[in-house]
Order: sequence, then C-alpha cells, then structure tokens
Amino acid sequence: MFTLGPIAFTTPWLLVALAALPILWLILRAVPPAPIRRRFPGVALLLGLTDETTQSDRTPWWLLLLRMLAVAAIIAGFAGPLMNPQTTRDGTGPLLIVADGTWADARDWDARRDHIADLLGEAQRAGRSTALVTLTNLPPDVTFQTGDVTALALPGLEPAPFRPAPETVAEWTATLEGPFDTYWLSDGLDHASRADTLAAFEAHGTVTVFQSPRQAIALRPPVFADGEITVSAARTPIGPGREVEVAAIGLDPAGIERQLATATITFEPGDEVSETTFALPPELRNRITRFEVAGLRSAAAVTLADDALKRREIALLAAGNAREGLQLLSPTHYLSEALAPTADLIDGTVTDILLANPDVVILADVAQIASGEAEALQQWVEGGGLLVRFAGPRVAASDLGRVDEDPLMPVRLRAGGRSVGGAMSWGEPKALAPFEETSPFYGLTVPEDVEITAQVMAQPDPTLAERVIAQLTDGTPLVTRKSLGEGQIVLFHVTANAEWSTLPLSGLYVQMLERLAVSTRPVAPTVEDLEGTSWTPEDVLDAYGRLSPTDTMPGVDGAALAEALAAAQPTAEMPPGLYAGEDRRIALNVIGPEETLAPATWPARITVEGMATSQELDLKGWLLGGALALLLIDIIASLALSGRLRGSRAATTLISVLALGLATLPDDAFAQDETDDRLAIAATSDVVLAHVLTGDPRVDEVAEAGLLGISQVLFRRTSIEPARPIGIDVEQDELSFFPFLYWPITADQPTPSADAYARLNRYLRSGGMILFDTRDADTAGFGVSTPEGRRLQQIAAPLDIPPIAPIPQDHVLTRTFYLLQDTGFPGRWNGRDIWVEAAPVDAELAEGMPFRNLNDGVTPVVIGGNDWAAAWAVNPNGTFMLPVGRGSAGERQREIALRFGVNLIMHVLTGNYKSDQVHVPALLERLGQ
Amino acid sequence: MSSPLILRTESEALAAPLPALLAEAEHLAATVVVGDHGRRRAGLGDTFWQYRPAANHDEMRSIDWRRSARSDETFVQDKEWQIAQSVTMWVDGSAAMSFTSHTESKAHRARVLALATAILLNRGGERVGLPGLPPKRGTAQIAQMAGRLSTDDNADYGHPDAAEMAPHSRALFVSDFMGDLSKTEAALTAAADRSVRGALLQVLDPAEETFPFDGRTIFESMSGTLRHETLKAGDLRERYLARLAERKDRLTALARMTGWQFTTHHTDTAATTGLMWIYHALARR
Repeated sequence: MFTLGPIAFTTPWLLVALAALPILWLILRAVPPAPIRRRFPGVALLLGLTDETTQSDRTPWWLLLLRMLAVAAIIAGFAGPLMNPQTTRDGTGPLLIVADGTWADARDWDARRDHIADLLGEAQRAGRSTALVTLTNLPPDVTFQTGDVTALALPGLEPAPFRPAPETVAEWTATLEGPFDTYWLSDGLDHASRADTLAAFEAHGTVTVFQSPRQAIALRPPVFADGEITVSAARTPIGPGREVEVAAIGLDPAGIERQLATATITFEPGDEVSETTFALPPELRNRITRFEVAGLRSAAAVTLADDALKRREIALLAAGNAREGLQLLSPTHYLSEALAPTADLIDGTVTDILLANPDVVILADVAQIASGEAEALQQWVEGGGLLVRFAGPRVAASDLGRVDEDPLMPVRLRAGGRSVGGAMSWGEPKALAPFEETSPFYGLTVPEDVEITAQVMAQPDPTLAERVIAQLTDGTPLVTRKSLGEGQIVLFHVTANAEWSTLPLSGLYVQMLERLAVSTRPVAPTVEDLEGTSWTPEDVLDAYGRLSPTDTMPGVDGAALAEALAAAQPTAEMPPGLYAGEDRRIALNVIGPEETLAPATWPARITVEGMATSQELDLKGWLLGGALALLLIDIIASLALSGRLRGSRAATTLISVLALGLATLPDDAFAQDETDDRLAIAATSDVVLAHVLTGDPRVDEVAEAGLLGISQVLFRRTSIEPARPIGIDVEQDELSFFPFLYWPITADQPTPSADAYARLNRYLRSGGMILFDTRDADTAGFGVSTPEGRRLQQIAAPLDIPPIAPIPQDHVLTRTFYLLQDTGFPGRWNGRDIWVEAAPVDAELAEGMPFRNLNDGVTPVVIGGNDWAAAWAVNPNGTFMLPVGRGSAGERQREIALRFGVNLIMHVLTGNYKSDQVHVPALLERLGQ
Repeated sequence: MSSPLILRTESEALAAPLPALLAEAEHLAATVVVGDHGRRRAGLGDTFWQYRPAANHDEMRSIDWRRSARSDETFVQDKEWQIAQSVTMWVDGSAAMSFTSHTESKAHRARVLALATAILLNRGGERVGLPGLPPKRGTAQIAQMAGRLSTDDNADYGHPDAAEMAPHSRALFVSDFMGDLSKTEAALTAAADRSVRGALLQVLDPAEETFPFDGRTIFESMSGTLRHETLKAGDLRERYLARLAERKDRLTALARMTGWQFTTHHTDTAATTGLMWIYHALARR
C-alpha cells in the first residue's frame, strides 16, 4: 500500500499511467475535431471563399484540461485511493476478542460487528487464532480457532439488555488458560466487574481496548407523584447541554399502540441527571405501557411502566342522597376519603359508569338496581370486575336476596338485620374476630376500638362458611365474598359510613380495601411481599429497546424478582420486561430509579482505540463519479465547439446529458399556496358571485358570462357593486368566500366527492345560497323527464337541503328589490315554478299585512330550470350573448330575468330585511306614541 | 416527392379562403373596370355593362330597342369585354429545392404556392400552364399541372425558360435562385422582350438566411456535385450573407428593369403570405 498524506492507494502501480497524460495532451492537441458533412444548397455562394485562418482549428486548452482531469481522475480512481487507511495491528499468538455486549452497545452494534469482522480478517491474514465472547453471554469454555471459523459465530452475536454480572464474569475469567492477547470492545460504561476482568486479561497478555466516546443515555423508571409522572434520565459522559425527547407510548382506545404524549428532557451543560414531567388525564395515564427516548436504539432508552403508574378507577354509587348537607353521614364520604389518594373515582349512573370500564364498582347501601342495569353490572363482574357492596338501612329494609340468592349478592340476607349494643337492644357492640388464614385479610391486626353496632345478617346456607372472609367475635359474618365468572362480589354487612360501626374510622378499613385490591400499593414490592410468589414474564425487552411479548420463558421466583428489582440488575434468566403475578404486574427495568451512569476509565498502560477517528473512506467512487461528470461536461463542450449544439437539438442534448448526471429537481411546493391566496383575496376583497364549474366548457362560459351580466346590472341599478365572477371547483376551492353559487346542471356532471359534500353542506348551513339551474325549462316540476333533472336529484340527494316548495306568491324573493308578483321568474325559458325552502306550516297572513312573514333567513337553495345565466349572459363588448324570445316580448322576458337576478342577489345579501318590513306599521305607530 | 393528389388537396385548401383572382391584360384595363367586384367567368361580351347613347358608328342591329323605346334617344347596350389571360408558371424542381432545415422543404412550399395560384387563376377564368404544358382552363389542367409539378429534377440548380411563353402573357417564376443568375437573367430579358410580365418568388429556407453553422464543416450541394470545406464555418457567415444579399439585390434590380415583381419567401412563414404576395403581384397592371 502506497501512502500519500492521508490517502493511500491499494494498487499504486496504476498511477504510472499518469505519466502518459502529457503524451495524450500532445495527441489530442494535434488532431483537429472531425468535420461535419452538411448538405447545403447555399454552397454555390460559398465557392471561392477561403478561411481567414489557414491553421487547423485546435481543441481549446480548457477542453484539453477537462479531458486530462477526467482521465487523471479515472486513473487515480482505479488505483484504489483510501482516505484514512486503517493501520494494521501487529501481534502474534491467539487473540481473544471480547465485547461487553450490553444495552449500551446496541446503538452501534452493526458497526461493532463490522469492526470485529475486520479484526478477524486481519488476524487470519496474520495467522493468528481467535476467539470471540461477549461478557453478557459467556461461553462455558474458550477455544481459539482461525478467523473464518470464529466469524461464523458473528451473525448470531447480539448484545444483551443487561450488564455483565460480576460473579459470573469472575468465575469465567478464572477458567481462562494460556497466553493470548485481548482486544476488548468496551461499551463505554463503568461496570462493577471491569477492573477485575481487566486484571485477569492482563495476566494472559496485552490488552487493547476499543471504546468510542459517545454519550449513553438511560431512562430511569417513571415515578408517579401528585398527579404527575416524573421521568428522569441519566447520561454519561457528561457533555454539553442536550435535549432528548421522551415519548409515552401506550394503546389507544382502538387497541393500537401509539405515542400518547411527548416531553423533552433538557440536560444543562454539566448535568448528569435531568427529568421531565408528564401531566396526563387518568384515562391516558393508565394506558401508558412504556416511555422511550425517541431515536435511541437501546434497552436503557426504554423504561416500562407497571401497575405502580396505574391508578385504579373506582366507581362509587350511593342510593339517592336525600339528606343534603350531612357530609359525614353520606354513605360514600369515608370511601372517597379512603380511596381518593390512591385511585381515580367515578360518579354517575350504572350505565355511565360501566362505559368507563372501572376496575371496581362500590355500591353503598344500594338495594334497587334496574333490571337492565343489573344485567349489565353482572356482565361486567363476570368479565373480571370487582363489585363491593355495603349494607345499610335500605338494604336491610328491602327484599334484596331475601328468598333467592341475588346474583349480585354473595349471600342471602335475613329480614331486618340486627342491632346490638344500642339503646333499644340487648348486649354490647361486637368486635371483629381475628382474620382466618384463608381470608384475604389474613395478617391484618384488628384494632381494639372497632365496634359493630348494627349489621345485616346472612341467611345460613351450605355455602356460607366458605364465603365468609371476616366475621365478628360471635361468629356472625361481617364480610362475605363470592366469585362470579372471572370477577367477584364482596359484601360488607355494615354501612360504608360510621353509622353502623366504627370500622370506617379505623385504619383497618383502608387496609381491608387495599387487600381487596380496591386500591393499589404504590410502593415497590419488597422481598417479603413477593416471597413465595411466582411471576411470569409477559413482555421482555431486548438490547435494542424492542419490547416483544413472550410466552416461552419460565416463571421466576418472587424473591429473586424482588432482589433484581432492588438492585436493578436484570440477568439472562430474568431479562428486563413486564412480569405478571396474580393480581398485578411488575416492570423490571434496565436501570434503577436512583442509578447513575459512569464512563469506563482505563489505566494509562492500556491502548484505547476510538471508533470515529479512523473511518476508512474509499475515494474510488468519488473519483470515478467526478470523471463521469467531467466527461458529461466534455460532451456538451465538444458539441458546442463543433457547432452541433444549436436550436432544438441543443435543448435535447442538454436535457439528455443532464438527465444522465442529475436527478430532477422537486416541484415548487409554494405555487399552490400562492394561487389559493390569490383566489381568497380576489373573492373577499369585493362581493363576488360564483358559479360551479361543470366541466362542460360551453356551460361554464355561459355561466360566467351570465354572472358577469347580472353583476353589471347590479352595479348599474343597485348599491351592490360586485367584482368579476369566479368559477369555482367544489372539489378544491374554498366556498365560504362566496355569498351565492350558481350551479348549472349538466347531464354528465360528475357527482362531488364526500369531502366536497361536507364542505357544501357546511356552506349551506352557514348561510350560503345555491341556485340550481337545470337549464331545461322543465324540471321545476321535479319530473325525472330530463337527464339534467335526474342528475340534479342525484347531486342534491346528499346535500343538507331543508324541505322545499314551489315559491309562494308572497315570498320575500318577489319583493327584495323589484316587485315580481305576477311575472314569474323567467330566464332564457319561461318555465314553471321555481322551488325554494318551504314556508313553515303555521305561517299565517297577519291582519292588514300584504304578505305573510315566512322563513326567517335566506332560503339555502333555489331550484329551477329557466337557464337564467343564458338570459343574463353578456359578451365582452357588452351586448347580450344569447337571444331570448322574440321581439319586444323577448326583451321584456330578459328584463324580468335580470330583475329576478337582482332580487335574488338582494335576497342573498340582505336576508329577511324586506320580510321584516311587515313590522314597519307597528314600529311607526310605536314611534308616534 | 409528394403525390399529385396530396399536392392538389393542399393547394385547394390554401386557395380556398381567397377570392378569385382576375389577372387581366394590360390593354383590357383601358375599357374594363376590374376589381374585386368582378366574378365574371362567361365568355366574350356575355354580361351587360352599360347603356350608352348610340353614336354614328354603331350599327343599327346593336341598338337596344327595348331601352330606346322608353325615351326619345336611341341606346346601345355595351357588354363587358373579357379576355382570359394566360399565366405560365415555372417552378424550380431541382435538387437544391429539396433542402430543408426543419420540416417543410422549399420545393414543397414552392409547389403548393404555384398550384394555389393556378387554382385561383383558374377560378378567375384565366388560363394557366407550365413549361411544356400550354395554358388551358379547367380543373383537368390543374390536375395535369399537379402531376407535372410533383416530379423532381436531378440537376443541382434549375433555370427558367422563356421560350414557350406567349407574348403579352403573364409568368410566375418560383425558385431559390441559388444557381447561375445569368441564365435567369437571360430568360427574364427574353420574356420582357415579348412583353411578358410577371413575378419572381424566391423561396428560401431559414437556414439559408441565417447560416447557423460553426466548426469544421464540409458543405455539399444537394446532389453532391459541389463541395466546399471550411475549418471555421462561423467565419464564413458574414461573407455568405453578403453574397446572398448581393444576389437578392441583383434579382431586385433585374425585376425592376423588366417590370417584374420580386420578393423572398421563407419556408418557416405561413404559405398564405406568399400567396397573397403572388395575388397582388399578378393583379398589378
């Protein structure tokens, strides 16, 4: 390899060809360009003309230089230039390649694998035997083999989502034998086992370390406090300020995983740890399954959320609360006080509550549940819900569960219940008996001061004994439970408030609710908590931070899980992931909540290589590409010089040459916006009448000319001064700028898209008016006799059009500007009636008024077939475009058509103003007084 | 080249929008007012022209008694006197005319123009002919002309021949006039000697007007007999254009001398402009 500064050549002898360049220069210079043979009749005029310069035309120096450069680039390119060539490593004897293989490696694992492949290739060329291990997945013994055999294991080499366990690594290094050199690909983090392992390797030979100085970021488990989730991240090495985006990911209501929220963690320069908070509504928060650092491929960039984040949704339902203001007597007061800190409470009716799919429904002294609601509730319990019921005066007084066992009651109840220790009863208030072993409350200490003064009594039953989970000292059941489907129903035989017992006043009340999994324990589980339990991994993380469901892994022991949780040390048997137990799920994350990261440090005697410094860059492609570009330029230049680049051929040549070398440029994306703005400005700076483009050029032309004609008439006769009309495409253009749309119907008009209909309906609802014109003088009767009429029916069917009726004689349209009572509304044809929004059925003729007060507001549609635009249409020179009728009768008809147009636009723009004139006499009268 | 039928169809299409052309003899001009109003195609003296009072030299039978009976004077009915004019056309069919730098060759344009003129003249009642095809009237003549015009000449450059032209007739020469001008000059003077008036239409390709060539080039005539090599074609442009202008000047001078009309028509312009020019040139008295 021949080195020239930072560039080396793999086949340097090819560079000898560069010596031939001067010769090429001379040859190219001596040979003039080949002549073109042209047939040209004017040659007769050329005969006898001599060239002014007798010397042959030489290739210009710059073209020669261009070609020389191209040839030189080709020669240099094939000589195999390399930028920053990798220096070879020397050494003999076996080589052990060690990779940490932790999550910190995952980000550039492919690059590492390539690097290992290079090392193996090098070692093989040097005749060294090699072995390859990762510290997270240690082989039982190490055998040194040739590089290509070792490379076979390379594709299967994967990082693990945990750190090397110190004890395992120490055990493994003790088994190593013989002298060998070590090449250690470090993940850049300081692990507990690092110093010992290094010493063990050094005992066998020299150690070279490869480490790239990148920053590793690890997300700590999320913490829920005060309604907010705090997510913190640690980083190493601590560098300048940095922002990382954290996304909360979970299932959306459709069950599709998506990003629910994002926040940014900002590391100030010098910060090792930084945090961000997510304030999310409970519905959203409960759906979060994990947090991820966006764009980072590493297990530490993902932290899983478990039940600790989740807040149970508990629905509280009390019987009708008749007694206002007595808060402490409210059946649910103590419940909500006990549950509010740890759960989200829901109020409402049974049907509303079940829609929210709560975890627990608590019925405090509710005896009557409507049958439909009861079924829904039962269904919900069978699907895994927990129904907790409290007794009370209403339950005691009702026939609930009296004769038969109610599906929603764990036991049958005896009539009346009992009262003990009161003024009107015998005996002392009863106390609670210690909980039995089978009870979920087992282990809770019963305070002395809990007294029960009244309760409902369970009917003795063969199943009663097994359903009792708490009882009084005299053996009467206090709390009973039964399973229903996958859920269960629990009945406290006392009230939820302190009316019947002091239980709600004691701490035991909260603990009992907790044990019933009504509320969750937000603290991390301890070894004692999990002792003896078994946990199944549901989802596990790999080193790249991908979460995948698993069902092939064996369950893990609760105690081991608790230890791993405490130490935040997942292992191969217990990879990071989500572990499901009997009633909750625990997330084992890559790092713990308080953990920080430290960079690996190496003694001075160890050689440390970096990854980024010596990126080998092959320049061959660049040089050959450059040569190609130069040759393309040469084509154009040569053609231009020899006079073959002229006229249309020049364009063709240029295009083909450019197409060879360049990709087409993207379109200008701004063009569309600009035109949109122009339309908006044109449409809104004045009153503008608009017509819908039908696609038939003649119809569109007449429509535009017609609107222009009526615009001119309006300008001359009224105070409306419209600008030039605009043709609009209902599919694309914004409609809201236009007060009035003229829509001529053609038989082959396409039906608008759903989107266009949505906008048309919005337009109609927000006060726009559309004049539908079938232009056939016939459909006013809505016959389907003409194709246009049928088309109109199809087009108008999805439109939000109110009931319509033939225009009544006293419609406001007949008098908004001109009085048109007896003339009809002709256009080019004098057809039958036109149709407008129907008058309300109760419209009556007020006394002394010439007309009824009809619809308040503008009719959203006017439908007719008189081809008004054709009657209004004017040429650019101001004369009418199309004839109407014959003679003066025709002119009269056109005049009426124009008057109808004026009235229509007036109606659009003034609304019911004329209609309100009906009140004028009354107003005047009032003014007079 | 083009088939007679196609050539004729195109020429008919080109001639369609124009009113009929009446090229009248110079001596006819004294008595007949011509103009665009005239669309007479009948033979001699068929059409009523005017009543004039009878003079002494009028024969008795020429008196129009019907008119004279209405007054005391006697009147003679004059008829419009019409004489059909012969127009001989010569269209250069040489190899040089087949040159084109874009789509339409000079030869094609020249033929279409000539035939369109022939159709117009025929419609106006004139007789048209080609060298070797005596002037006649009628669509059969047009068809024959179209057939004759569709044949190509092998020579590099063509020359007009005035030998067959009848005295006092009209002529139309369409060529690029790139060949030897002396022969054209001879033909033109011979024609002028016989009181033949007419028009010279030079049809040129735009490339011939601009000389858009550069670099080392060998120029050849269309049949390859003439050849000129240059190392820098661009350097020749000025001198070529000067020679072309000189040639046009010479043709203009020649035309002025003989009372002919001359213009240059380019194949990249509309054919109707050329036809309009011919129309007015031949209508000129």
